[in-house]
Amino acid sequence: MDRNKMSYKVSQFLTFAGVSTILFCGVVVLPFIYGLYLTFTSWDGVSLEKPFVGLENYTAAFADSTFWAALGRTVIYSVIAVILINIVAFLLAYMVTSGVKGQNFFRAGFFIPNLIGGIVLGYVWQFVFSRAFPAIGLPRLLGTTEAGAMFALIMVSVWQYAGYMMLIYVAGFMSVSKSLMEAAQIDGCTPSQSTWYVTVPLMRASFVQCLFLSITRCFMVYDVNLSLTKGEPAGKSVMAAMHVYNQAFTYKNYGTGQAQALILFIVCAIVGVTQVYVGKRGEVAA
Amino acid sequence: MISDSEKALARKKRIHAIIMIILILVFLAFIFPFILVVINVFKEKVDIVKDPLSLIGVKKGFTLENFPNAMSKMGFWKAFTNSLIVTVSSTVLTIMFSSMTAFVIVRNKWKACGLLFGAMIASMVIPFQVLMVPLVSLYGGIFGVLNHRVTLILMHVGFSLSMATFMFHGAIHTNIPLELEEAAFIDGCTRWQTWWKVVFPLLKPTIATVAIIDAMAFWNDYLLPSLVLQKKELYTIPIATQAFYGTFSSDLGLIMAALLLAMLPILILYILLQRYIVEGVTSGAVKG
Repeated sequence: MDRNKMSYKVSQFLTFAGVSTILFCGVVVLPFIYGLYLTFTSWDGVSLEKPFVGLENYTAAFADSTFWAALGRTVIYSVIAVILINIVAFLLAYMVTSGVKGQNFFRAGFFIPNLIGGIVLGYVWQFVFSRAFPAIGLPRLLGTTEAGAMFALIMVSVWQYAGYMMLIYVAGFMSVSKSLMEAAQIDGCTPSQSTWYVTVPLMRASFVQCLFLSITRCFMVYDVNLSLTKGEPAGKSVMAAMHVYNQAFTYKNYGTGQAQALILFIVCAIVGVTQVYVGKRGEVAA
Repeated sequence: MISDSEKALARKKRIHAIIMIILILVFLAFIFPFILVVINVFKEKVDIVKDPLSLIGVKKGFTLENFPNAMSKMGFWKAFTNSLIVTVSSTVLTIMFSSMTAFVIVRNKWKACGLLFGAMIASMVIPFQVLMVPLVSLYGGIFGVLNHRVTLILMHVGFSLSMATFMFHGAIHTNIPLELEEAAFIDGCTRWQTWWKVVFPLLKPTIATVAIIDAMAFWNDYLLPSLVLQKKELYTIPIATQAFYGTFSSDLGLIMAALLLAMLPILILYILLQRYIVEGVTSGAVKG
């Protein structure tokens, strides 16, 4: 058997990666390229004909003020939600690694919201917001004001993702060896100082990963948006992903919807690349 | 000296007590929505509207009617079976194909391997919204293969391959010594046997992590299944819940039962496998 023969290489590659390559190309690569093509057509979703319209979809996408409103709203929501998620997750992780009794129970408990899909979570919280909170005298948040719906979305997102990010921070805390903390404390650090100046800088990878996960998830929020607020009141809580969905599947403007999806992709790619770059640059070797 | 260390110990105890109180409060806040659903599932609509916080209905008292009603109207067992078939097959196929792909990529410096792996890594920043319109257009309009479970399963696998391959790549690269494979080769194993009998069994921790992360994602996914499966008899639990809510949103008792039913399977599984799930997600974090 000659391992440098082309036929050997081809058969090996096809045996192990053939199906993967086909599936990956079939659902990711091909649709991505085909999607680019769709942005230059005015497809109606039904007919086999896809008339070529040049850059019309892009001008329509850029001129669509509701899209920019949705995008702006998504950025505000994401920034606030990401900051809160990570603060809550970090504090929880700190507390469940501090050595109190039952920390495994709490870790498991805080993770529960992640087990359940966004659709079901959204409906559960809709009940909480529209029935339980008014029953104890709190104002109705959903379906009344834009700020109320935004507040509700942020609150549910923090509740939903804090437990997941907490587990990543827990892994970070546990990866920093206890002897470093002890050394710092012998040198005169208080426990909180040694956490802040020794442990946290060594947990950079956890921060980068949590930020990446929470940013992408918040930015692309759809399920909870659909079940919790449905875009109410009057489309004032429609996030970017939902706007793209509505544009394509509800209003049948497939070309415009796809063009707006590509704008979202570019935003995502910029955020992703910046994150990787910033994360790599400041890495501390332990 | 003794009093100093005693002081430190007392301080530590005090801090632990405070942390404990905070943790219990946060935990109650975390499970409050679930408890609310559980309380109201045993009440009738009038009582839920009257007081969603009371333990037992004031007017009509305790009822078990909501469960069987919601189950039959939602088509719960059908949806449960569908979700189970889709989740299990997608997870198994993802693990098989991604670990095989990772194996050939790690062990060979061929151009095709580099290209595939590079494309997979790059594809991770593509949000699903970019692919959904062309996906529906291609597989619904041109090939006409929507409304089949197989289509959904293969799409699930295609979308999750990149991340899974990436994780297996890391595991094989760092944990499987090349000498092991050389020994297998000398003993007369083909590459396939080497993979199936030597390498794959050693990947168990990563297999568990990938299985947990992907199975949860498949079980809970709404957007992709809702685009692919539009026939009621193929609905998975998230789609069935969404459709049920659309029809019965005013009948709160039924809704509570449906939501609880939608959550129960995975919560029961979590109680049984809680340790593995938490460990799997945590170690996934370290590898990712």
